[in-house]
Formats: sequence, structure tokens, C-alpha cells
Amino acid sequence: MIRFSGVVKRFGDHTVLDQLDFAVEPGEFVSLIGPSGSGKTTILRLLMTLERVDGGTIEVGGELLSHVRPGVPADGKHLRRMRRRIGMVFQQFNLFPNMNVLRNITEAPIRSLGLAPDEAERRARDLLGMVGLADKADAHPTQLSGGQQQRVAIARALAMRPEVLLLDEVTSALDPELVADVLRVLREIAASTDITILCVTHEMQFAQDVSDRVMMFDHGRVLEDASPEKLFTEPEHERTKEFLRAVIERR
Amino acid sequence: MDWNWQSAYDSIPLLLKGLLVTVELTLLGSALGYALGLVLALLRQARIPVLSQAVWLFIEFIRSTPLLIQVFVLYWLVPPLTGLTMSAFVTGVVALGVHYASYSAEVYRAGIEAVPKGQWEAATALNLPTSRVWTAVVLPQAIPRVLPALGNYTIAMFKETPLLLAIGVLDVLNRAKEVGAQTFRVVEPYTLAGVLFLLVSLPASLLVRRWERRRA
Repeated sequence: MIRFSGVVKRFGDHTVLDQLDFAVEPGEFVSLIGPSGSGKTTILRLLMTLERVDGGTIEVGGELLSHVRPGVPADGKHLRRMRRRIGMVFQQFNLFPNMNVLRNITEAPIRSLGLAPDEAERRARDLLGMVGLADKADAHPTQLSGGQQQRVAIARALAMRPEVLLLDEVTSALDPELVADVLRVLREIAASTDITILCVTHEMQFAQDVSDRVMMFDHGRVLEDASPEKLFTEPEHERTKEFLRAVIERR
Repeated sequence: MDWNWQSAYDSIPLLLKGLLVTVELTLLGSALGYALGLVLALLRQARIPVLSQAVWLFIEFIRSTPLLIQVFVLYWLVPPLTGLTMSAFVTGVVALGVHYASYSAEVYRAGIEAVPKGQWEAATALNLPTSRVWTAVVLPQAIPRVLPALGNYTIAMFKETPLLLAIGVLDVLNRAKEVGAQTFRVVEPYTLAGVLFLLVSLPASLLVRRWERRRA
């Protein structure tokens, strides 16, 4: 479903991703863990086309994302077409504060997918029910808690019916007591849909429970790529052990 | 001081007529200025080669020259060059509009830049068409933020309209001058003209200040 081949990303002199290769199968739930600055979020931002690659290629669903065809970098039209397949949930929610909850969710399906407004609304209300906020359709984002906002953001991303869903530290900005509700929703999505999910997270228990695979990043490279059972109980690398120990101690 | 209540009283009808013109100039100038200002801000933001630089140059030019000279240019230079003649009133509206468009363009720019990057990224992630990103996401967040600043510009504009006397617009000040010429009394009409400005400006600026505070 997703294939990175020799992907290079630099910010100025700093090389964030250095010849990165990995692939994700359709329907897989893959967690990306690792110290901050290891390039995990950059991977999601490249997939969401919020950043451009400096080298290598990215494929999504068997089609080039980063290029129109080999050697020709993607243009606006190509990106617009490819973005339809991908959705993203952000650490800071990024709901539109000038729209109520319902319109936050229906805006893009109507304007970008061309869905009929009543169909978009039906879809939105179903999703709001799924994230446990059926009664908040008319609320404004500012009236919601962080956890509620993030659940709306998840519904908003799902309303586009993406094939790939990118979760960028979606619980990091939340108060601890609000994290559980968001994780419960994500567990349900992981269990009940066949969306391919890439999840950057520091919630190790969650990653262990729901992931099909966990990738440990360090300095822009995949240090370790294993099943959650293996990676969390008997990691191969000393660096992974150190990282996991540090995360657990911070809790 | 030699103050004659009767002549003060007699000058009121003409002054009010002038005030109406001043208010009209201000409202039409604001409408034109803030609409054109938004267009200028968007053109600058669009980063279209040459056009965006031309807009920048235009804004800087307007901001660096006195309004009075712009009025003269519009009134005396533009008609013979273009064959386009405008009444003094229309010239005044256009001059005020263009002048304040260049100021409001900068205000809009600041308002647009204050919209968090995450909003743009969310709009991109949802694949919203560019026109929709502007009209549904960015401008509805940017414009409420800049309204108090625009309100202050309107008050400033209101107080600058008397310089249109120079091309014969019949505003409050010109009416005061007219009364003076007819009655040979200048203290009363000019004083009253000043009072009229105060009566409009002061409540207006208090209102804008309250509005600013409420938004802050």
C-alpha cells in the first residue's frame, strides 16, 4: 500500500531521512516509534504531501505519490489526485474554528469529493456517533475539550473515506484523562475497518495492543521492524531497549 | 471672545448637509478601500511573478505619498490622460478608497499570516480546492481579526475628508467656509464643524476600542 524507496528529506543542512526504505501492506496498522527528531512525523508529512522529497520515491496504492512518473516530480494536479486516498489527524487537531462540528466534517466531502450535502451530513452523523459525539454536531470546536476535538478530527478524516490514515501523535497534546477516549476510538477503527494506518505515537501500550507491526526509528532510519510482541518484549537493539525504558520511566 | 449664538444656530443646516457628504465619502471610501485592499493583499500573497511585485510597488507608492497629492493627481492629471472625467465627489471616494486600500492591504496580510499553519495543513490534508481554502477557512478567520483595525482606519479617513476641500467637495469644512463667506463670521461655523467631527469620531472610536477589547 505504501512504499518508500531511497527516500531522502533534508531541512537545510540537516538530513532528516537518509535513504529510507520500507513498505506497508494494505490494511496494516503500523506504529512508528522512536526519539523525537528521528523523522517519524516527517514520514507522515511526506505522505500527506505537506513536504516534498529531496530524493527517492514514495508510492501509495501502487502509484507514485512523489512523482508524476519516474524523474518527473509531482505537480499540483497530481498531488490533488493522490491526496484523495490519504487522510491525516494532527497532534493539534486543527479543526476549523469558524465552522461547527458538523460542517468541519462535511466541508471536504462536499467540496472536494462532490458529495451531495445530505449524503455528507448522513456520513458525518454516523461518524460522530462512532466517535461518541452524536450530540455535538452543532457545537463549535472551542466549546469542546481537547479529547472531543480530536475525536471530531478523526471523524473528519474518515469522512473522506481514505485508504490510508496517518495519525501524528494524536494524543500528545491531550490531558492524560482525555487520552483514553481517543485511544478507544482508534482501537475501534483499527478493529472494524480495513484502512491502512500509520501511527506515530508515544503510547506504547496502545501501540503494542493494536499494531500489526512496529517500526523503531533512529536518526532517520528504521532501526528495528518487528511484531509488537517481539519489539516490546525482546528488542534486538540496545538503542531500542534504552528508548523503551526511557518512555516507561517518563510515565 | 466674540461668539454669536444666532449665527452659530443659523449655520447648522448647511453644516449638517456637509456632514452627510462627509459621512457618505467615508462610508463609500471605506467600502471601496477595504474591498480593493483585500484584492491587493490576495494578489500579493499569490506570488504571481511580476504582478505581485507590481502590487507591492503600488502599495508602497501610495503609502509614501501624501493623500492630497494623490487627490490632485486623480482630479487634474488622470482625466486628460484617460479621457475619464469624475465629479469631485467621485474623485474623493476613489482617492480615499485607493489610499486606504494600500493601508488595509497590509492589515489583511497580517490577519492572513496570523491564521495558524495547521489550518492550511488541515485544508491540504482534506484536499479542499484552493478557492475554498480561502473563502471557507482562511478569510473567515483572518477578517474578524482585522475588523477593529479597519474600524480605526475608517475613523482616520473620516477626519481626513476635509482635505477634499481642495477640489471643491462640499463636505462639512467646505460648508463652514461657505457660511463664513456669506455671513463674514468664521468662528462659529468652523467651531461647529469641529464639534460635529468630535460628535461622530469620539463615540465611534470608543465603540471600536470596546470591540477590540472584547476580541482580545
